[in-house]
Amino acid sequence: MAFTPKKQAFNARINAVTLGTGDKSIVIGGENVLPFYTFDAPIENKPKIAIEISDKGLAGIVSPGLLKFYEGCETVVDMAKKAETMEGASAICLHFESADPNGDNTSVADCVAVAKAVAEAVSMPIIVMGCKNIEKDAELFSAISEALQGKNILVLSSREENYKTVGASAGLAYNQKVGAESAVDINLAKQLNVLLSQLGVPAQSVCMNVGSSAAGYGFEYLSSTLDRVKAAALAQSDAQLQMPIVTPISPETWGVKESMSPEEESPEWGPLDERGIEMEVCTASACLVGGSNLVIMKHPAAVATIAKFIDSLM
Amino acid sequence: MALKGLDIFKLTPKKNCKECGSPTCMAFSMKVASGALPIEKCPYMSADALATLSEATAPLMKTIEVGAGDCAHKLGGETVLFRHEKTLVNRNLFAVTLDSDMDDAAVDAKLEAIKKVDYERIGEREYVEFLFLNYAGNGADAYVALVKKAAEAQRALVLNCADADVAKAALDICKAGKPILNGANKDNLEAMNAAATGAGVTLGVCGADMNEIYDNIKALEGKGNKNLVIDCTGADAKQTFANAVMVRRGNLKDQDRSLGYPSIVNLARIAAGDLHMQTALAAAFTLRYGSIIVMENMTYAEALALYGLRQNIFTDPQKPMKVEPGIYALNGADENSVCSLTVDFALTYFLVSGEYERSKCPVNLLITDASGMSVLTAWAAGKFSAGTIKKFFDEADIENKIKSRTLIIPGKVAVMKGEIEAKLPGWNVVVGPMEAVQLVKFIKDFSA
Repeated sequence: MAFTPKKQAFNARINAVTLGTGDKSIVIGGENVLPFYTFDAPIENKPKIAIEISDKGLAGIVSPGLLKFYEGCETVVDMAKKAETMEGASAICLHFESADPNGDNTSVADCVAVAKAVAEAVSMPIIVMGCKNIEKDAELFSAISEALQGKNILVLSSREENYKTVGASAGLAYNQKVGAESAVDINLAKQLNVLLSQLGVPAQSVCMNVGSSAAGYGFEYLSSTLDRVKAAALAQSDAQLQMPIVTPISPETWGVKESMSPEEESPEWGPLDERGIEMEVCTASACLVGGSNLVIMKHPAAVATIAKFIDSLM
Repeated sequence: MALKGLDIFKLTPKKNCKECGSPTCMAFSMKVASGALPIEKCPYMSADALATLSEATAPLMKTIEVGAGDCAHKLGGETVLFRHEKTLVNRNLFAVTLDSDMDDAAVDAKLEAIKKVDYERIGEREYVEFLFLNYAGNGADAYVALVKKAAEAQRALVLNCADADVAKAALDICKAGKPILNGANKDNLEAMNAAATGAGVTLGVCGADMNEIYDNIKALEGKGNKNLVIDCTGADAKQTFANAVMVRRGNLKDQDRSLGYPSIVNLARIAAGDLHMQTALAAAFTLRYGSIIVMENMTYAEALALYGLRQNIFTDPQKPMKVEPGIYALNGADENSVCSLTVDFALTYFLVSGEYERSKCPVNLLITDASGMSVLTAWAAGKFSAGTIKKFFDEADIENKIKSRTLIIPGKVAVMKGEIEAKLPGWNVVVGPMEAVQLVKFIKDFSA
């Protein structure tokens, strides 16, 4: 008696969104099945990996593997060029950590200059991540969206508090892609998408960041949010949740104890780099299986592994 | 097909005797229909009714119990495909491989390494639960020697051995530990079934593809053996993932009871030699339907990530994760270091302690019992108030244990400052930041 599995391809699809321009542009989303369920129907666009680079350069990085990879890089532009050569990379994510008014408070003009220089040096799509300060981010995203017109970048992210500014500038005036960020709640995610669409931002210009967390740190909320968003998008054809999902991994995983605690403090844990890589790999894999269409990572060993993981399941 | 509560109700005696523990026969029927109670709880069911019902109301996925004593584990028993639909029941377990052609020193070294990764994380023991013993075809003696050694390691065993005679010899010495015998395929089905049932152990069913696996399960069920696990490992990661999803979905969504067994996924086979890849796959199978995940190794680095993920995924959405109330001295804090108060919700604890650790400033983190709720929820529910804080201070004897009289409270409950000061005379209550991410800057400024 042969086994005849019931297929579960849906009538609805995740939106296909293009980032970047030219040869190196990428398309994320477009599938009508659950993540990696290629046995139900083929998945045309495999999930992608963007490489996170801080505008602080190598300052503050403790991972020996990362330092080695970027050896000889003096500027953020050098790092971006190097990141493009990373095995498994499809996009560059510029993280403007130093813009934080509670930190270095780098001026918007300086950030724009960095973004411009990087955009001229690389050909991969660019994702711009802010400093989590709502007012500063809004200002920053508007200025960078204007400066990089025509590059089809993704800004991460507009939130409920600043979606009007970010949506109007990045999404409407300068025709870039807008990331809609909500905190691990399907209703908030949907609400923000509705608000952006009411503002006039086309659904095809929106990606969702439905939250991020490291494995072991409340990851169940993220995991269930991903599961529920994909179920609503596909099984219930909810057009306001069919945007592809972008999930920052490295900003979370490299900030937890497992990846930061020096070897002297807990010798039995073993080398710091290894712990950081495993946290990044584990979290990225769990997000991809949950439904992330693009993950933002940084360690070359973790990126290579996840690229191989994606290929092996496609 | 699943029966509705009303269908079951028609077969009950309808006398509301309460002997089943439910207040009425109707309530009992509804519970049986949802799988919460077995039909046998009712002492007045006729034999006929029982026969029809027990088949129809048995859970779709069996719970298989393996191992003995301290090494006893439950596998399977899931009722939903996604944790948000209800809850996941039995967390996946991890196994590490040992081969019969490894030399003694290598086996010892690996057992020693496995023993080292054994710690507690929020009330759960995290360790490698199973040893997965591969038979390398080098004779029964070598395999029996390996099994003997492994049996002393205080772990449950999986005998991965498709040679029924060798398996029988190995089972003779370890069957009391209720191992799993894995390796029944279309060529050895009879003999493996006899070996497993003879020793009273669970049998693992293999096959080149889903058709073959399914045929083998049907054949074994035909012989009356329903104490099974399904080895979903295919030729590569893609096939293995497909098998694992099709088995679980075919069972829980499409209601095929022949697929209602726990699974084994052997990452040591499909990603041999690539530890990072095994971590990636292990994370994937933690979410998508691996019951026993077989790895080549379990280093501390892998364990920290994978066990953290597993603990999150298998928490009951209806029950928050809690940490023990008490004093947590961070960054070498002593009795003179400032105190910072928050609730026992595990996520709150992890975020707050993580940020404080990043600050490198010594802090006594005081965790009070708030029934595992977050700060604002607990405050709104009255579980985090000046009264509960006073009670906690008394019970934990904070006044005597700590000399510092500075107490930082979460910014979200700034309104409690006055009440806390009234209840805790002599303490200087300081309102901290609204969010954990602001703690590093706050405590650095505060300590400066």
